[in-house]
Amino acid sequence: MYIRRKEFIQVGSLATASMMVPKFLKAFEGKAMVPPGNKVVVVLQLSGGNDGLNTVIPVRNDLYYKARPKLGIEKSKALTLTDEVGIHPALTGFKELFDDGSLSILNNVGYPNPDRSHFRSMDIWHTASQSTDYWTTGWVGRYLDAQCKGCDKPTQAIELDDILSLSLKGEQLKGIAVKDPRRLYGTANEKFFRDVMKNHKAANHPAGDQPVDYLYKTMAETLSSADYIFQQSKMHPTNASYPSTGLGNSLKTVASLIYSEINTKVYYVSLGSFDTHINQDNQQQRLFTEMNDAVKAFVKDLKQNNRFNDVLFFTFSEFGRRVAQNASNGTDHGTANNMFFISGGLKQKGLINEMPDLGNLDEGDLKFKVDFKNAYATVLKKWLNADDRSILTKQYDYLNFI
Amino acid sequence: MSLSNQLKNQHLMWRAGFGPAVEQLPDLSKFTPKQFYKALVKASDKKPEFIDVADDYLKGLLMGIEETGRQKKKEMDIEDRKKVQQKNREGVRNLNLFWLHNMVNSASQLREKMAFFWHGHFACRNINIFYQQGLLDVLRRNALGNFGTMLKEVSQTAAMLNFLNNQQNRKDHPNENFAREVMELFTLGRGNYTENDIKEAARAFTGWSANMKGEFVFRRFQHDFGSKTVLGRTGNFDGGEVLDILLQEKQTARYITQKIYRFFVNEKPDNDKIDWLADRFFKNNYEIAPLMEDIFTSDWFYEDKNIGALIKSPVELMVGIQRMLPMKLESEDSLILLQRVLGQQLFYPPNVAGWPGGRNWIDSSSLMMRMRIPLLINDTDQMNISPKDDDDAMMGRKDGEPAMEMAKKQGSKQNAMGNGGKRQQINADVDWKPYVKYYESVPRENLEASISANLLQVKSQVGTEVIKQHSDQSGRENFIKTATLQIMSTPEYQLC
Repeated sequence: MYIRRKEFIQVGSLATASMMVPKFLKAFEGKAMVPPGNKVVVVLQLSGGNDGLNTVIPVRNDLYYKARPKLGIEKSKALTLTDEVGIHPALTGFKELFDDGSLSILNNVGYPNPDRSHFRSMDIWHTASQSTDYWTTGWVGRYLDAQCKGCDKPTQAIELDDILSLSLKGEQLKGIAVKDPRRLYGTANEKFFRDVMKNHKAANHPAGDQPVDYLYKTMAETLSSADYIFQQSKMHPTNASYPSTGLGNSLKTVASLIYSEINTKVYYVSLGSFDTHINQDNQQQRLFTEMNDAVKAFVKDLKQNNRFNDVLFFTFSEFGRRVAQNASNGTDHGTANNMFFISGGLKQKGLINEMPDLGNLDEGDLKFKVDFKNAYATVLKKWLNADDRSILTKQYDYLNFI
Repeated sequence: MSLSNQLKNQHLMWRAGFGPAVEQLPDLSKFTPKQFYKALVKASDKKPEFIDVADDYLKGLLMGIEETGRQKKKEMDIEDRKKVQQKNREGVRNLNLFWLHNMVNSASQLREKMAFFWHGHFACRNINIFYQQGLLDVLRRNALGNFGTMLKEVSQTAAMLNFLNNQQNRKDHPNENFAREVMELFTLGRGNYTENDIKEAARAFTGWSANMKGEFVFRRFQHDFGSKTVLGRTGNFDGGEVLDILLQEKQTARYITQKIYRFFVNEKPDNDKIDWLADRFFKNNYEIAPLMEDIFTSDWFYEDKNIGALIKSPVELMVGIQRMLPMKLESEDSLILLQRVLGQQLFYPPNVAGWPGGRNWIDSSSLMMRMRIPLLINDTDQMNISPKDDDDAMMGRKDGEPAMEMAKKQGSKQNAMGNGGKRQQINADVDWKPYVKYYESVPRENLEASISANLLQVKSQVGTEVIKQHSDQSGRENFIKTATLQIMSTPEYQLC
């Protein structure tokens, strides 16, 4: 009965869409799905501080090779983006995306007074605070607060993980962390929790603002979100093939949810650790291979289902690394870094600003030119149509990549 | 309505300690809270012993460095450095477990609880085991002593000087981080000083540094001996004098008192009470013990609205369970794993502001995980989630090794629950005897109510029937055990 009602909604929304926008009809041939236009963001966090200089490589800059006699990636090995710039050899899929105009690269992203502790710098990226402030809510969480006032399931933001990041914690609402929709909290005591909840509802307690009310509210949201996400994930599971890696599995789940009717606007995924103090080459190669293969499969899947224009995928890391290599064939914690933006709906493609100026460093570190909060503001405003000013508590200028 | 002594004493034990221990159960209704508090103070009288868990290898290395001079450090090869990192990491892990064990078993509940509060106040991330041991010792020794003394000692620990970049704070190259956090987080609180005060104070802290052994060193040549103006006072101040100036501000007493009130009494500040307490704290020259006595022996502390009003932190939750149900764990790594999964790993605060606490502890995954702990202890549930990597601690190594090791060992025992993910049992051996014995004289029909009363600080909204349905009714002892675990698995048990 439940399924049938859902099927009806599918047909219903299809009918509406086809009446309003007949040209979309083609997209639905053979497969009933949500109409395009529902924009979502997928955030990929590269934990540990990815080395941006060996990711987007200044292949004709002598200063780069001088600072990295062993670690520098030769021009002949890098995949060519432009005459001056190459990309890490493992990122074949990213090169293809670059060539077909579905990848933008934003260089020199950072923030004033950078912090070199992983945790603290990640904190700053998660909360979008200044580096002198300590905030306890994240930017996606505050988006959730603004977006989901009075809603019963905070599923607008989902993290593919067992544990929720600070990014997704708002003042009023917190996103949902779920690694596998089939077991949101896979526990032997599930029946007990459901009975506790049922009994609580039956008692019809007025929702107060005591801590105990907050706990019951969170529990209720968790149980209903779990069911909702599970139902949705089964609705149109993707049948595309993905690499069986952590990231591959996560992006596969994200794709299945994107094809469902779930109200999720932000998906959050992590990959790491990019903390390459020692023998950087192997570690970065391994992680980039995982990232490349998973993202390649994801994009192919989205394209086949005509959703690539609606999905904005972007990467960030808590900091870049120092320009010079260290004595252990690695690199130490640095400052500014690059971000990748991938979508079928980019307005500015390719390299959207200048490469790092290696002749003008701050004690061996790159100087940031773009505040990451400008990128957040752009995504919030232009992609999610949200009130970036109140979410970020300040007006940041918008960028033009979308 | 007057509340029972039992409830009040439980309240006191949860706030001034880590919850009532099983052997205290019979005493809870026998004494008044004032008598109980007096006993708590007495049990915390003794100066705590220095906790030393540092590995011999590290100690030997340190001695070697002292003998051969600084040169040696540079000569350490990659393998040595890796080993040092690993030994440090193990050290911090062992320090965590040692202290956690103290919280469960020590009679000095009040002291350890205060030290736990200061651990969040003087929050510091540092992977050097010697530094962490030194800082913890300062906090435990001064936990009930004088705040001014503690502030000065903390400010001269290698742990804090390093964490807040004061090694880089030099006469011609000031680094303001240390001065800023001392004012913003350790004493005055935000908005009670100017940016210029920070700049000037930073100059006073120039040259404050530490050696490899973690001892405070004053580097004269890096110190700015010039005149500074801090909070309207001018002089050739050094760091100690700036700290004195901060202590002369009544705002410092107020800031600390408010933080203590919100941690020990109620997250919602009561300004009249806080002003009254702060006034006395200031007049008492920042003596901590009288302040805590003011709180724990007042009538308002035991008012209904303050009981069960706090969300237990993960450490309070875990320690509290172990105090009521003494247990041996097959591997103590599970205690570290739970801390990480629940968002509070001792010695790894999120930042210098400490753990934000309260509702910040609770999101969908952390709440469900918290409510699963009791059945994990009973091995009727399995750990199937993994913590996030902490790159500050791991230095690039892929994390989760102990968890994976355990998962491998457990491989054969895995059941068909769900799929993917690492699974493991905690394999806890609970000593149920004293707990079950306590209920000897309780009639069967009152058991559930009696267990609830001992475990919960708020009225349960879970019906008796639900608890009974999900408990093993096959015998008295089985019922006591399983009902206890189920009551510990409720939202209400998250509160104290």
